[in-house]
Amino acid sequence: MTTLPTSTDRKLGLVIDLDTCVGCHACVISCKGWNTENYGAPLSDQRPYGTEPMGTFLNRVHSYEVQPEAGPAQTVHFPKSCLHCEDAPCVTVCPTGASYKRVEDGIVLVNEDSCIGCGLCAWACPYGARELDQAEGVMKKCTLCVDRIYNENLPEEDQIPSCVRTCPAGARHFGDLGDPNSDVSQLVDSRGGFDLMPEMGTKPVNKYLPPRLKDSWDDQSLLAPLLEPVAEEPKGFLSWLDKTLDKIPGGAS
Amino acid sequence: MHPAPSVIIFTTLSGLGFGLLFWLGIDPTPPTGFTGFIFFAIAYALAVGGLLSSTFHLGHPERAWRAFSQWRTSWLSREGVCAVAALCILGVYAAALIFLGQNIAILGWIGAAFAVGTVFTTSMIYGQLATVPRWKTPLTPALYLTFSLAGGALLSGRTFTAIVLLLFAAAVQLAWWQRGDKALSESGTDLGTATGLGERGTVRSMAHPHSSPNYLMKEFVYVVGRKHALKLRVIAFCLTFVLPLILLLVPFNHVFAALAVLSHIAGVACSRWLFFAEAEHVVGLYYGMR
Repeated sequence: MTTLPTSTDRKLGLVIDLDTCVGCHACVISCKGWNTENYGAPLSDQRPYGTEPMGTFLNRVHSYEVQPEAGPAQTVHFPKSCLHCEDAPCVTVCPTGASYKRVEDGIVLVNEDSCIGCGLCAWACPYGARELDQAEGVMKKCTLCVDRIYNENLPEEDQIPSCVRTCPAGARHFGDLGDPNSDVSQLVDSRGGFDLMPEMGTKPVNKYLPPRLKDSWDDQSLLAPLLEPVAEEPKGFLSWLDKTLDKIPGGAS
Repeated sequence: MHPAPSVIIFTTLSGLGFGLLFWLGIDPTPPTGFTGFIFFAIAYALAVGGLLSSTFHLGHPERAWRAFSQWRTSWLSREGVCAVAALCILGVYAAALIFLGQNIAILGWIGAAFAVGTVFTTSMIYGQLATVPRWKTPLTPALYLTFSLAGGALLSGRTFTAIVLLLFAAAVQLAWWQRGDKALSESGTDLGTATGLGERGTVRSMAHPHSSPNYLMKEFVYVVGRKHALKLRVIAFCLTFVLPLILLLVPFNHVFAALAVLSHIAGVACSRWLFFAEAEHVVGLYYGMR
């Protein structure tokens, strides 16, 4: 059913820390690996060793440069995947009912057996979160690793999305953003987490945490006083040596 | 947006076909017998041909029947329902006219309503998308409806109606272009809101996620299309409106009428190519493109 639920019991999603992400693309690779071997059709590649290689990815990392009015520019690595929007425009446009948003946890999924591959959901998504697999002809998107997070055959520490489990920097967090007391909600509150393209009215569940502002060149280090020269003028033996050496012709001033 | 030939053929031909079906449906003295057969054959060839063409871009055309199920929320599904309803109802209406010489006017009216509904729902597939600011306007359904009704009037030989509607459609087309050129910048969406980093400074895409273009870039970023956009607009405008209007205003002649129709079809196809090729999808912003 492509009618969106009025509310969901939980709002599972990701919190992505742009301050911590180092842009290593490990989340991209682990996502591709897990989702090629598990839920639904594998994520195909076209010409992987040829010219213009292309493939289906559910998560991609962009890199941006932010140039403030004054001061040096800042580099921000920017992972982007499905934001599991509360008002997901991709779901309502689907003509077959293949796309749906789950009432129990808010995850947006595609039933690939019903998908006709018309591509309209990808047109409706402002974030580029949906990609039509060129080999299978069906729409692929992030499942929030629905086949990991409820999978009791996995060790408990692995029952989180593959990208979160893999991130070596700890820049990705998974949890219930509908519960104000959850770790992820607290993190969003304390760090000023924000939405992407809020003007689209999609109400994304995933949040982004801002990178901290870059240090200024003019900032004084707390340690600066300790780094001052200890003795401005030599005394004792060094004072005699200084004066004697000055008397020898040919020296610098 | 990538201008897929299947979608351009579909919107061009089906628009004309359903426009013609509308006029045949509301005609108080519709053509019967062999003349009726010719008119309905042309209308069905255009409408059904266009619909079949649209299935070519599907990843799984064999599952297309599923697309009738989600009419509660999906304009694409509503379009499918309207199209099938129009074709079935007008099929009975046409058969009665052709074989029995009977005019079942009520069926004509209902079918005509579904024919217009098909064009409207098609236009809303595009007009609903906030992700393509150039399309997200009531002018988009106005554009599709005036084009379809004007083309249908032209095909059905209603000279005066065609002239009036062509003038209307030309005005809508100019207004649509005029608004469209400012739509993305006036939408307020830019790389700053896309990344949420806009308040910190000017955001620039430094590195794409991958070294070569992906599905999103091929589908949503079609920069090539804009190089000759202005020239193509002039060509589309002349072929769709100016030439057919001149040919309709000179004393009637079957060759001129046929030329007017052909010119109009070529012009609409050109306009529809621009409709897609010029449209900017906001996802391009993430790639520093538009």
